[in-house]
Amino acid sequence: MIEVQDLTKSYGAVKAVDDVSFTVNKGEILGFLGPNGAGKTTTMRILTGYMPATSGTARVAGFDVFRDSMQVRRHIGYLPENPPVYPDMTVEAYLDFVARIKNVPAERRAVRIDDALRKTNLEDRRSELIKRLSRGYKQRVGIAQALVHDPDVIILDEPTVGLDPKQIIEVRNLIKGLAGNHTIILSTHILPEVSMTCDRVVIINKGKIAAVDTPQNLTSQLKGGQKIRIEVEAPERRLREVLAQIPGASRVEVEPGRTGERLEVTVEAAQGQDIRSDIAAKIVQNGWPLFELRGVSLSLEDIFLELTMDDATHAQPSS
Amino acid sequence: MHGLYAIYRKEMGHYFVSPIAYIFIGLFLILTAFFFNVILAGVIKQSFQMEMQSMQFGQPSSFDVPAAVLRDFFGLLSTLILFFTPILTMSVYAEERKRGTMELLMTSPVSELEIVLGKFLASLSLFAIMLLPTASYLIFMVLRSEPMLPWRMLLAGYAGALLLGGSLLALGSFVSSLTENQLIAAVITFAASLFIWVLDIARSSDTGAGAVLQYLSVIRHYEDFTRGVIDTSSLIYYFSFIALFIFLTVRSVDSMRWRRA
Ligand SMILES: Nc1ncnc2c1ncn2[C@@H]1O[C@H](COP(=O)(O)OP(=O)(O)OP(=O)(O)O)[C@@H](O)[C@H]1O
Ligand SMILES: [Mg+2]
Repeated sequence: MIEVQDLTKSYGAVKAVDDVSFTVNKGEILGFLGPNGAGKTTTMRILTGYMPATSGTARVAGFDVFRDSMQVRRHIGYLPENPPVYPDMTVEAYLDFVARIKNVPAERRAVRIDDALRKTNLEDRRSELIKRLSRGYKQRVGIAQALVHDPDVIILDEPTVGLDPKQIIEVRNLIKGLAGNHTIILSTHILPEVSMTCDRVVIINKGKIAAVDTPQNLTSQLKGGQKIRIEVEAPERRLREVLAQIPGASRVEVEPGRTGERLEVTVEAAQGQDIRSDIAAKIVQNGWPLFELRGVSLSLEDIFLELTMDDATHAQPSS
Repeated sequence: MHGLYAIYRKEMGHYFVSPIAYIFIGLFLILTAFFFNVILAGVIKQSFQMEMQSMQFGQPSSFDVPAAVLRDFFGLLSTLILFFTPILTMSVYAEERKRGTMELLMTSPVSELEIVLGKFLASLSLFAIMLLPTASYLIFMVLRSEPMLPWRMLLAGYAGALLLGGSLLALGSFVSSLTENQLIAAVITFAASLFIWVLDIARSSDTGAGAVLQYLSVIRHYEDFTRGVIDTSSLIYYFSFIALFIFLTVRSVDSMRWRRA
């Protein structure tokens, strides 16, 4: 449904988007994850035809976003970073306007508007002036606007910004409900959001793609596989030697513990190897008191930080 | 053209839900009513003097009061138009850009031409609505004049006012598409309008360049209309002027994509 090939966008000397390629299948939800200034908004603006790319191509619903811009625009609903609302209009009049410019035929307009209002929980605010709405409600009007013409492709730039926790959950459910019939790209900085809503994630940093995968794969397949946390009372030098001898153990980090002689140790294990029993055995052999030993799988948060850390050697694109 | 109509409707709604339109119409009406009275009083006084003179010299008076009032009134109208149009157009594009709604319009299946024309026609409609009530003073005068003043005079005058206003509105929209600052847009529009206005000064010079500059002046053609003359060259002038600035505005709106908007 969406194919992006070698997309680059430069603002003067700054490359906001740098050679980005990915595809989104029909009915899929793709999450765009990245820190501030990563290039998420820029990529979305190119996909929606708002601005042209410097080089590379992007196709939406089979149409080139630059050459067949009008066709592409017919197929997308877009929530920009700031909800594009007219403060002097009522919610309903605004959605009517959007439905008109999106070419919704007169006889379907009322039905489509009602549907968009219902999906975004705005039914009781339909006659309110938009300028009287709170930030979160305006955001919802922005989402309603992206749905009103029932587009094939929905592009949402930070859809849950400004919403309260209950609304966030509702919007996530709404987005999940839209998948299947619609192809969706959403951007966010919130990690749980992608693992909860998205089928696949593109992690982008400084305009470059750092990883593309499912949230599950990113979480399990991460480099080093598993981390093991140990709390133990032992001489540090000796402990390091012992741990280093265990096959499959890498990157031993030792920090002084909270109490007395204890040390807090983190060991990274190679993928697919459970070295917890080996560690326990070695520690017991040496007669050191063991207080805690547990495996922690890296969260999406860890992967994200790892992939987007300044140190370029950490970023290993997986596709 | 569904987009053009939707934009037009939205713009008209915007004018009339906020106090903007009412303030404009009210202010315009007060000013024109005031000046109409001043002009009427002035012309009547002048006609008395003419009458006195003709009595002295024994010639019949040939002073046409209603025609003089009409000419002076449309002259004044043009000055008011010069001041009002920059304010009407200063926010046309600046506001859309500031609110971020330009991003909605430009990612919707409507062409730049539809956006620009929809907005232009809406500002022209508001302008026509402002002009409309002023006709009541003139209609009254025409009906009471003896022999009755030809309606053509009145219609030609308003046609001229619409074309002059339309030209300046097209110019103002273009300027508004260039800057996000409304005050700057208004000032530049005013200055540019004034400039093409005073090109008329060139009429004093007899050279070929002088004639060209005179042709380019917006006000030169307007004067023909107020004398009841609808000249094709004037019509061509105004229509080309409006078309040129509509075209420039379309180009400018289109280039916002490249100017990173
Ligand atoms: N109009 C512009 N002119 C110049 N540089 C820009 C412009 N817009 C964005 N940039 C730069 O492009 C880069 C990417 O910006 P972009 O807005 O796409 O990031 P983002 O991922 O959406 O960030 P955020 O999470 O803060 O919304 C940034 O370095 C930004 O400074
Ligand atoms: Mg952004």
